[in-house]
Amino acid sequence: MNLIKTALLGTAIAAAGSTAATADGHACAIDTGRISIIGNEFPAIQSVAALALECAGSAETASNLTADHQTLNVAGMTGNPAEYTSAIVANSSIVALINEDVIQPLDALVAEYGADIPSRQLITVNGQIMAVAFMANSQHLVYRKDVLEQAGLDVPTSYEEVLAAAEKIRADGIMQYPVGGAYAAGWNLAQEFTNMFIGTGGQFFEPGTANVTINNAQGVEALEMMKALTEYMNPDYLTHDSNATSAEWEAGNVALMNMWGSRTGVLMDEEGSTPEVYENTTVAGPLTVGDSGVPATTLWWDGWTLAKNISDEDAVTTFKALTHATSPALLNDGTMSQAVWLMDGFESQPVNEGVLASVAAGSTPYPMVPFQGLLHSALGDNIADFLQGTESAEQTLADVEAAYTAAATEQGFLQ
Amino acid sequence: MKHKAFFWFVLPSVVLMLLFIALPIVSVVTQSLYTQHEQVIISVENCGPFGCTQAQSVDQDATQALRNAEPLGKYVGLDVYKDRNHLAAAEVADAWEDSSSFREFWNTLMNLPFYGALAFTITYTAIVTPMTIILGFAVAIAINSVARSLRGPTIFFSLLPMIVTPLVGALILFWMVDARGILGTALQWLANDPSLSVKASTPLMWIMLMVYGTWSSIPFAFIVYYAGLQTVNQDTLEAAMIDGASRWERIRYVVIPHLAPLTTFIALIQLMDNFRVFEPIISFQAQAHARSLSIAIFTDLGGETRLLSSAAATSVLTIVFVAILLSPVLVRTWRDFGTKN
Repeated sequence: MNLIKTALLGTAIAAAGSTAATADGHACAIDTGRISIIGNEFPAIQSVAALALECAGSAETASNLTADHQTLNVAGMTGNPAEYTSAIVANSSIVALINEDVIQPLDALVAEYGADIPSRQLITVNGQIMAVAFMANSQHLVYRKDVLEQAGLDVPTSYEEVLAAAEKIRADGIMQYPVGGAYAAGWNLAQEFTNMFIGTGGQFFEPGTANVTINNAQGVEALEMMKALTEYMNPDYLTHDSNATSAEWEAGNVALMNMWGSRTGVLMDEEGSTPEVYENTTVAGPLTVGDSGVPATTLWWDGWTLAKNISDEDAVTTFKALTHATSPALLNDGTMSQAVWLMDGFESQPVNEGVLASVAAGSTPYPMVPFQGLLHSALGDNIADFLQGTESAEQTLADVEAAYTAAATEQGFLQ
Repeated sequence: MKHKAFFWFVLPSVVLMLLFIALPIVSVVTQSLYTQHEQVIISVENCGPFGCTQAQSVDQDATQALRNAEPLGKYVGLDVYKDRNHLAAAEVADAWEDSSSFREFWNTLMNLPFYGALAFTITYTAIVTPMTIILGFAVAIAINSVARSLRGPTIFFSLLPMIVTPLVGALILFWMVDARGILGTALQWLANDPSLSVKASTPLMWIMLMVYGTWSSIPFAFIVYYAGLQTVNQDTLEAAMIDGASRWERIRYVVIPHLAPLTTFIALIQLMDNFRVFEPIISFQAQAHARSLSIAIFTDLGGETRLLSSAAATSVLTIVFVAILLSPVLVRTWRDFGTKN
């Protein structure tokens, strides 16, 4: 995390140098080879993909940016030649690509064409460069300044304070459901539990093994806090993913929520909402739960990879185009506020403060272990039962552990 | 038709069926008997923008050697079928031993993912199939008695649920039953309960899914019945009228027996379709309230780590259950066929 701070401090100096680097370097008129990108869909990734394809202007280009990228990228990179020459992934989704052995180490290409890439952007696994990161992301508190002022409240720093603030806002008759959150059953809900469980100081696995350890006091504490929060959420919360939660926010129905840094730009711009909402939308750091001192959030990077089953020519084309698209050449007035960019020349915007605060608070990166995805799926399938009050926290956690264990056994992680 | 001519006549369809139906089923069954090899896990240091952490990773070289030796994976027989995420043989046996009442056993059973999904799937099929047949028949009878000049537009409107893409149709309803939508607000007003929300209540969500399922498949039953109605023998109907049969009696004793084979056909298709209920759950974002067998397969394949064997086992179990469900209808068809010859 020091790396980012250093990067920000050194921004002014780096900015001057990097402009020169762009002007003379990055052969960005690529005539041969093929580039085909698959990745998630939000403004920052759209900017990266657009610049990469533009850079590889006369080569064969394609991009498939979709929220369903995780279900497509392994299948699309398994064939030979692979359909996608690059997958834009995050620290959770790169694991599946490494498990399936469909991406190639980038060391040789970085040495030959990527000397300008700062080392903080390089993601190494066991000493090998497997991805080039271009942005940092995290979930953190987003709040309505006017609503807190009206209720005479300070900005909450813990979930306990969020509960107290929500009660006050409701009691004052300002909002019936002041808390928001991406609690849609499935991936989103599992992510919220992951944040909360980390915040309680819990460990997902016995160190060094794939044996899950969430059915304990920390697991119960995390679930109880989630349930307490849902009391102040729109009753439909189990159907609200990040998009629906953002829509609730823009509709002015929510005053406090834990939201992705990459999505706050949309909430603070002038589109889709009234001035009352977007002018008062403010970001703050991550929240804590209990007294463990660990922020209840996870740090994420987004970066690009290179498929294994592609020709050397396509690999070089893809590498060069994406290196250019994630270099300072990407940064301008339009893209600057889209994310916490990792390249030189990034200047922090007000909308980025939440993510930077998460980094500064020493938050935990989302675990990059091969079986975390299986646990995430098991969590997403089972937690709704507890939140709906049909079973106890212990029963839910036992169900999650059992579902995970069966899946991990099938995948060969457990015997 | 001569046997030889018959052979050449059906050959293309038999070949296609073998290629696109039989072979994939064989492959799915095979897949369900194998699991991934034991993964060779090594401790590694991962570095990135947030510093370095100790983590585990799969040793690709060692694992690749295992995969090359046995490309299909590790043969486990029926283990995947018996594990907790499928038939849960051990868990069900334990629950049977430990439960003091049938109710307790039932609750334990419904808490297991496969049986929970099966319960919804069977309920959905058992309610939506007859509703579709009854309402489809009613619509066909009603439209058949509409003045001829109005029939065209009426038929078009009745077919709309089928013409609208299922996902779009479901999404429209999804927003209408939202707590702030027109139907959701109407329900709150009717029930006099401002906190009522279809999306937050499991029973209401089940009803919503079944209403949607019926709504979207009525046109299919309707159009088949409507076509059948055009072939009803008018002489028989007139004879019945002369004999003093009421409108209901004519439907009961002339029309319904005439349409019986069509009912068998619609029941067959609808049983198969409804047992694979999928889109409504996705578009209503109802995974928290209702899971079907198809949804179980979808989530197995849609996670960050794909569970191919698990998905294959659920697929095979779905095929088995569809076969069981269809067997009465198939036996009936076979008997009808036999009597005609």
